[in-house]
Amino acid sequence: MKVFVNGELKDFGSAISLADLITELDLPVARIAIELNREVVRRSDWGSTMLKDEDRIEIVHFVGGGKN
Amino acid sequence: MRSAHEASGAEMVTVAVRRVPLDRSSESFLDYVNPKLQILPNTAGCYNAEDAVRTARLAREALQTDLIKLEVIGDQTTLFPDNEQTLEAARILVKEGFVVLPYFNDDLIMAKKLLDAGCAAIMPLAAPIGSGLGVQNPANLRIMREQLPDATMIVDAGVGTASDAAIAMELGADGVLMNTAIAEAEDPAKMATAMKLAIEAGRFAYEAGRMPKKLYASASSPLTGVIR
Repeated sequence: MKVFVNGELKDFGSAISLADLITELDLPVARIAIELNREVVRRSDWGSTMLKDEDRIEIVHFVGGGKN
Repeated sequence: MRSAHEASGAEMVTVAVRRVPLDRSSESFLDYVNPKLQILPNTAGCYNAEDAVRTARLAREALQTDLIKLEVIGDQTTLFPDNEQTLEAARILVKEGFVVLPYFNDDLIMAKKLLDAGCAAIMPLAAPIGSGLGVQNPANLRIMREQLPDATMIVDAGVGTASDAAIAMELGADGVLMNTAIAEAEDPAKMATAMKLAIEAGRFAYEAGRMPKKLYASASSPLTGVIR
């Protein structure tokens, strides 16, 4: 299964959930948010949200500043 | 950065929303911010209403706050705001329950429209973002203050040094939002202290009510009893 994570193509052998994706990528889970095909997915729904081929996922966090 | 935050007396720190680097090359910025400070996520980097709304929704989900500093830029060279897109995004976000704090050009009519749309404050620029030019149009800020006495007005962007912040406050601003003036100072913590003092001085001067400007001298000692 191929999905786009933050614009990068990622290939996973079997179907996985958003929660699995975060674990696979070894990302810190605190104070991040996820968008799946341009819609925010609540943290409580990460486990039950299964990814499909060609899904586009944005995972964001916060950086300093606010101007650019 | 922490010492500058401390020295400035700031109550809020604004942060931008960006993609997490998948190689884990950067740590979380928020770990470096004193947890006592209110975090204000912003939509910096957005060039249209749709992206600003998406960014605001992501920020709310991650930080569990309805606060959003709305920033929709219209042009890369000047970083001037796109007022039309800003207003459109503000209307959507207010409807979704956000507390919207919009960055916009120093224009009274735009300020009124943003307040009518339900924005919680108005955040006019003093000068282009990161320019350090200081308040370029004091008359516009003063008019906004006089015409919108109940609005919370935060001057956002363009201050370069302490006197610029003092001027913004003397004109009736309720606060000033800044980054570059402190971040790019040779001694950021000392500049943060200067800003704190300037903000306080400017506020006191505004509350005290300045004397009117006159073209000619007026003696400050009594004219009677002078020796001849």
